[in-house]
Parts: sequence; structure tokens; C-alpha cells
Amino acid sequence: MDTSKGNGHGASSNGEIRVGVYVCHCGTNIAATVDVAEVVRFAEGLPNVAVAKDYQFMCSEPGQELIQQDITEHKLNRVVVAACSPLMHEPTFRRACAEAGLNPFLFQMANIREQCSWVTTDKPRATEKAKHIVRAAVSRVALHAELQVREVPVNERVLIIGGGIAGIEAALQIADAGKPVILVEREPSIGGRMATFDKTFPTLDCAACILTPKMVSAGQHRNIDIRSYAEVASVSGHVGQFQVSIRRNRRYVDDKKCNGCGLCYQECPAIVSPKSRKVSIEGQPYFVGSYAEGGEARKVTIRQGDRERRKPIKDTPTGDCIFCGKCATACSEVVGAHAIVLRRDESAEAGKQRSLEFNGNCIGCGACVRECPTGALTVTDAQDRQVLHHEMMLGPNKAIRVPTLQAVPNVPFIDEETCIHFRNGGCGHCAEVCPQEAISYDMEEAIEEVEVGSILVATGFDTIDLAPMVQYGWGRYDNVISGLEFEILCHASGSTGGKILKADGTPPKSVAILHCIGSRDEHYHEHCSRVCCMYSLKFAHLVREKVECDVYEFYIDIRAGGKGYEEFYKRLMREDVTFIRGKAAEVTNWPMSPEEEGKLVVKAEDTLLGQIRRVPVDMVILSPALQAREGAQTLAQTLGIGCGGEGFFLERHPKLAPVQTAADGVYVAGACQSPKDIPDSVAQGAAAAANILSLIDKGTFSIEPVVAVIDETLCGGCRTCINMCPYSALSADEERNVAVCESALCKGCGTCVATCPAGAIQQQGYTDAQIRAELEGALGRLAASSAE
Amino acid sequence: MSASADFEPTIIGFLCRWCSYTGADLAGTSRVKYPPNMIPLKVMCSGRVDPSLVLKALADGADGVLILGCHPGDCHYHEGNHKTMRRVPMLKSVLQQYGIDPARVRLEWVSASEGDRFAEVVHDFTEEIRALGPQKRVESVA
Repeated sequence: MDTSKGNGHGASSNGEIRVGVYVCHCGTNIAATVDVAEVVRFAEGLPNVAVAKDYQFMCSEPGQELIQQDITEHKLNRVVVAACSPLMHEPTFRRACAEAGLNPFLFQMANIREQCSWVTTDKPRATEKAKHIVRAAVSRVALHAELQVREVPVNERVLIIGGGIAGIEAALQIADAGKPVILVEREPSIGGRMATFDKTFPTLDCAACILTPKMVSAGQHRNIDIRSYAEVASVSGHVGQFQVSIRRNRRYVDDKKCNGCGLCYQECPAIVSPKSRKVSIEGQPYFVGSYAEGGEARKVTIRQGDRERRKPIKDTPTGDCIFCGKCATACSEVVGAHAIVLRRDESAEAGKQRSLEFNGNCIGCGACVRECPTGALTVTDAQDRQVLHHEMMLGPNKAIRVPTLQAVPNVPFIDEETCIHFRNGGCGHCAEVCPQEAISYDMEEAIEEVEVGSILVATGFDTIDLAPMVQYGWGRYDNVISGLEFEILCHASGSTGGKILKADGTPPKSVAILHCIGSRDEHYHEHCSRVCCMYSLKFAHLVREKVECDVYEFYIDIRAGGKGYEEFYKRLMREDVTFIRGKAAEVTNWPMSPEEEGKLVVKAEDTLLGQIRRVPVDMVILSPALQAREGAQTLAQTLGIGCGGEGFFLERHPKLAPVQTAADGVYVAGACQSPKDIPDSVAQGAAAAANILSLIDKGTFSIEPVVAVIDETLCGGCRTCINMCPYSALSADEERNVAVCESALCKGCGTCVATCPAGAIQQQGYTDAQIRAELEGALGRLAASSAE
Repeated sequence: MSASADFEPTIIGFLCRWCSYTGADLAGTSRVKYPPNMIPLKVMCSGRVDPSLVLKALADGADGVLILGCHPGDCHYHEGNHKTMRRVPMLKSVLQQYGIDPARVRLEWVSASEGDRFAEVVHDFTEEIRALGPQKRVESVA
């Protein structure tokens, strides 16, 4: 057998296989369920076994020394350790073997803890299973061959996906160490969720005051390259050498030319979440469009040379349309909206040959009304809501805008849905006013290819969609808002300037804050979102600080586990906030008593009073569950990492490797791994940076030599394997008519091995012979022939 | 084949290193109990499970073979489990020709976070094989 060649290691120059078997007690973790002494006795009787021993803790230093001594003393050339999972301590024992001069791949681990002692109650049967597992390992290890690890160089450049607080922290740490970072952010600015917060718990310091300096240093750092409004399209390669395609979305503003003066969004006539306007002709409503406050429409018309409103034509009763077509001209030629079209029907009777046609392009600017000589066109507000909680934003609410005025990079983008130019080809005002000529409406998506050595994923979280949760009334009742909406309402740069107002523009007299909306709920998410208790307490404080009003907190439990968190909770209890222990069941506007008239009523079972309560309030704030980002699964697949049950990225080990993942060179940090608050996200960002820096500092990464090798004497050149390889590591050598494997590309899945009809491909470390020997050992047919 | 309550089947489990082996470790860490009838074998990918290895297991005395891989779309090697997904039905039709109940081979997906599911799958499969009874040895196979 090919694979058993070259095992003449140590003293056994005659090719004799000498296996040492070491069975670990792991304290009582194994010994309580598996009769260790019995397993050792059994192992002693197995073919090729020269020595079998047990020890309390094999992974301890004396345990490892025991193996090393025996390698010399007993001339061992194979080692089997029956202990915990190889995912846990295989590297430890391989290192121990290597230090004693034995090739580390002449070692095999038998997992009798995670997959035997911990999962079985019956001691005799657990012992029996352990024996099978040990026999499989002994049988297999005889066929192990000496292998050499591959060292791959590590590219210093680091890719960080997600420019929230975790990503920024990591980027700064790595960049400060002098290593280049590419920070990819999907939104037009870095800053993430934290940039939308007004205050942070429990210290109540202003989020912008602590975040903005970090954003600015990231933006100005010579080692950080920010790619905002961009996404990772594909990733190939492996640790040390990843090839990444970054898709840069159409921003329509050239970030190399733009100097961030802001003239474009000051001049832009299209408002994102404007009040709606109804345009009526002769009292008949035709359009609902959105209009810009502050006379932008007038600016548009004045710019086009129309200075004054036309005088009404004499003898025409005001209010009658005379089909002059001024409105249509203004709409198409001045505004560019083409919402009104004047039709001339030549075949019809005289006097009736003209008509106005309307379509849905109206932007509510009011230019037509200014043009109308008869007053036939009027414009009125379509709705009376003053504050649109669901549509509020920080920063300028124009079609061309920056997400906040502290945006990094300070380069605007054009929102195609709102922009007049993209709706109807008109306007173009921003391009005219831009002194840098940075705006280009025909900008295309660009793909940029970069090479990096390691990747950090810090993509953050989404909140649960509240629209389907009809019982809480979000989207149905004006004054039911989500936590993130409240953050913006409360934010000094928000639409209300930080004033807490109801939809009608007046301050609320009572506010209910509902915890656990979608969290700790078997219908939605089982997990606790961890941050809601604390930010709900923060909300209560902010409401009480800004408005004279009653605040009710509906909670299941208050989870205030964090530095200074419990103290903050105590403080809120002193601030006259009413805590009702009961999860809110429903929010309704259906009054059952006079005091509930015109109010939102929160229904909940007060579990301390043991009764159902109805609390009428003016405003309800929901604390929605944090969940994995939409698209997390796709990104996980792109990177070869896993997602847990709730969709959050899976770390390599929940306790001991919290920022590493199953894929070498790929790390996670922040709320994309599980719900986290700011301190924890920052800690993880820094931890990931330390991991990455240690990888870069070492300069190389050792890759297990588990790769495919082709025996060209057996290969028939059928090429079945070539299509099987997901990494294009296999190709055909036309001249010799055989398949060849590029081992640098091979990741060692072994799919080709299982495919080859000739058995010409073998996977190092998992050869057919090794697996067959392992099978025979597991099933008790330890054939002497296979151990040669 | 007569089902016997005190028959303890021998089962071979091929576990993909990335999802199912980790899931099995998680079952251990969480101390979830399941029958000790399955001897686990670690492979890098369920795509490595050559059908001849399954036949060998059955020939060498296994009463059932469980192949566990990552959920479709989660494969660490992108699509190794898709290959297995196509191979297993073909293997089952071969088994039928050998006179072996195809139910003795089962392919399941267990992710690294599904310790409970791993235990459940092993438990179910063990009970199913127990009900099927011992597998007659076919010496000439593989």
C-alpha cells in the first residue's frame, strides 16, 4: 500500500509498526462513564500495540511527557490518544509528537468524550463503544504516512466587512499597527447602527460624541481604505491569500472629485419623506405628490426664467380650466416631471379638442399651480400628519444626501427612487450646482478585485419586521413606533430636532415601552436580544427628561447584566417610571371606558398583581428583537463559515474561540455573531484585530496536508474528477492523458476521491485504505493483513 | 428479518468534519444522551463518502450506515454534500439489487449548531435499524 511507505520512523528501521495507546480519564469526564482500565487492557491486546496506558489528564504537561518518553523508550512510531474531540486537542498532541521527533501525522485521536462518555449513561455500553472507537483508531493509524504541513504566506492586507462600531474598532487597531485595511460598508457612510443613536446606556453619553471621532480617524487613517456603498460580491482563495470582488454600487457622485461641500443636497428639490400634496383641477383631485418645503419648487421655476405668477386672463371665471397648457409646459419643460400632458384631438368638435392627461409622475412641487392663469389648479396637503415617525431620517432628507452630517466619507449619494432625474429624466439641478462636477447620472456599478490575507465579518444585526406582528399595531396606528425610530425621533439631528412628538405634532402625555417584541417568544425568536432592557430603560429616562409625561415599562424580566447596568435600573426606578411585569399582549385603539377614548390601549397580564391590565397611553415604543442580517446566510456561504440556529454567524468555539470561525483566516465580531451591546461589540472588534495581527505577524499559516494526490499509473484520463472539484484544482494533462492536481488550490474535501472510478486519487490523511482500516477496526474485524 | 427488542444494532456513522462532527461534539458538550450503537468516523466532507465504503461497512458487519453532512447550501466545500445527495439514491438502488433493505443507509443533514438534532437522528436511526433486525453478512460485497 502506497500510503504506508516512509513510516520507518525512529528506531523501527525494519518497518515494524509500534503503536502507543493513551487513554485519558479527563478527571471524571471520561472515567465516570467509561472503564478506562478496561479500555487499556483491551488496547494492549490489539495488533501492533506496543504499549497502552491511562492517565488523569493526557493534555497536561506530564501527560504529554508520558507520550514523549514512550516514543523514545518503546520506539513508538504511531500514537493514539483516546480522549476528547480532535477538534479540541488534536493540535496539542500532534505538537507533542513532533517535539519527540515523530511526524505529527503518525498520530490519531479517538474521541471517547464528546461522542462517547458524555452522551451515554450505561457504563458497560459506553466502555464497549470506547473500545470500538479505540480499535478503529489503532487500525487506522498503522496506515498513516508521514506528511508535511504546507506553509502559506499571509498577505498583510485585511478585509473588514461592515463599518459599524465593531468593524471600525478592529480597523483602527489593525491600521494603527501599520497594516493596510479595506473597510467595506454597504451603507453610504460608516458608523452603523450606533450613528443613529442619540444617547448610549448606561452612561447616557452622546453616541455621536464618542463615535464620530472614531469614524473620522478611520476616514483619515492612511492605512484604512473605506469602500462605502459597496458590498462583497465573491470571495475565493484561502487563508493568507483571499481574492475578493467588491461591488461598488452606483452612487452617482464621484468620491474622488467630491469635496463634501453639500451644495447638492441644499439645492435638491426632491424630498425623501415629504408631506404629501394633493393637486386638484377645478376642485377635482388628480395627483398626490410629495412636495418640498422651503420653496424649492419656486427655486426651480425661477431658475428657469419664470419670475412672477401670471395674471389671470380677463373674462375667465377663476377656477375654470381654459386648456391653455401652461401647467403641462411647466411640468414637462421646467420641472421635467411630465405629469401633465396636454392632448390635442383634431378630429373632435371645435371647443372640445383639447384635454389634459394626468399620470403618476407628480412630485407635488406646485410649479403647475404657479403657472395656472385661471386658478383652476389648486394644491392642498393630502394628510394632516405632522410627524412621520416611520420615515424620519438623520441628515438632509433629499434625494441626493448624506446619511448624517457626520458621514464618513462625506460624499453624498443619489437615491434613485426619490430623485426626479431618475423618475422622469428631468431636473438635473445637483449636477448643475456641483462646483466639482462630481455628479454623473450614468455612473455604472463597478467591480473591484482585491487580495487580502484575512477577513473580518462585522455586519451587525437587523431588527425583526414589525409589520406582520399586527397585535402591536405598528404600521396601523400612527403613534406606535419601533425602538430604532424612537432613537431618530430623539436624536438632535432628527426631523423634530430631538423633540419627542406624536404624529399630530404635540408631545405625548403618556408613553408605554414594550419589551421583548419578538424576543423570548417561541412564535418568533427564542433568544433574548440582550440590549432591549437597557435601551428601554434609556428611552424611559429620555422621555422623562424631555417631556412631562407618564412612562410605563411592560417587561418580562429586567436583564441588567453589565457594568453599571443594574445601577441604571435602580436609578430609573427612582425616576418615577411605572414598571409593569407582564408582556404586552396587544395594542389597540378600541376604547372600553371614557379615559381610553382617543388613546392607544396596551393590554397585558400584570403577573405581580395577577390580573389583566389595560393602560391607555398616547405613544407606544416597541423593542423589537435583534435578528441576523438578511443575507447573512449568503455571506456565510461565500466565506465558507456557518450560521447557527437563529441565523447568526457561528464562532469556532462559543467560549474559547469567540471571534474565530470554521474557516481559517475568517473572523467575526459584533452583533452579527449574536445580539450584543456597544461595549461587547467593541471588545470583540478589538479581539478580532488581535487575532488577525498575530496571524499577520507570524507571516505564514500552516495548512494541513489533507490534499488529493493522483497516482498517474492508475489514472485512465476519464476526467470525471475534473468537474467535481469546486476549486478548479484538477485539470487534464492533454499530452499524458492524466488528471493533475494543483495542491495549492486543493482544499481537501475528497469529493474527487469518491468519484474516481479507477481509485487513482487518494486524499492524504483520508486514503481509502485508512478509512477501510478504520471501518474494520470499528466493526471488530481488525484484519492482520490491513495492518501491514 | 425479525425485530427483536434486545437486538443491539451496530451502526457506522460517516460524519462530515465541519457540520455534523461538530454537531456531534455539541451534543456531547450539551450532555444530550443517545444510544451508543453508532461508531462515528470523521471524514472531511460527506462528498468523500465513496459508496464502496458504505458497502464495505455493511459487508463487514454494520447493520446500518448513517451519512451526515452539512445542510444543502452550507457545505464548507460549497457543494460536496450535493454530490452525496445524488450518490445516495443510486447507492440505495444497488443495495436493493444485493437484497439489502435500502433503509439501512440514511443520509441526513446536521449542522454544527444542531446537537439536539444529531442525537435525535442517531436515536431514530438506531430504533429503525433495531426494528429491521440484524443485517445478514454478504461476504462477497466490496
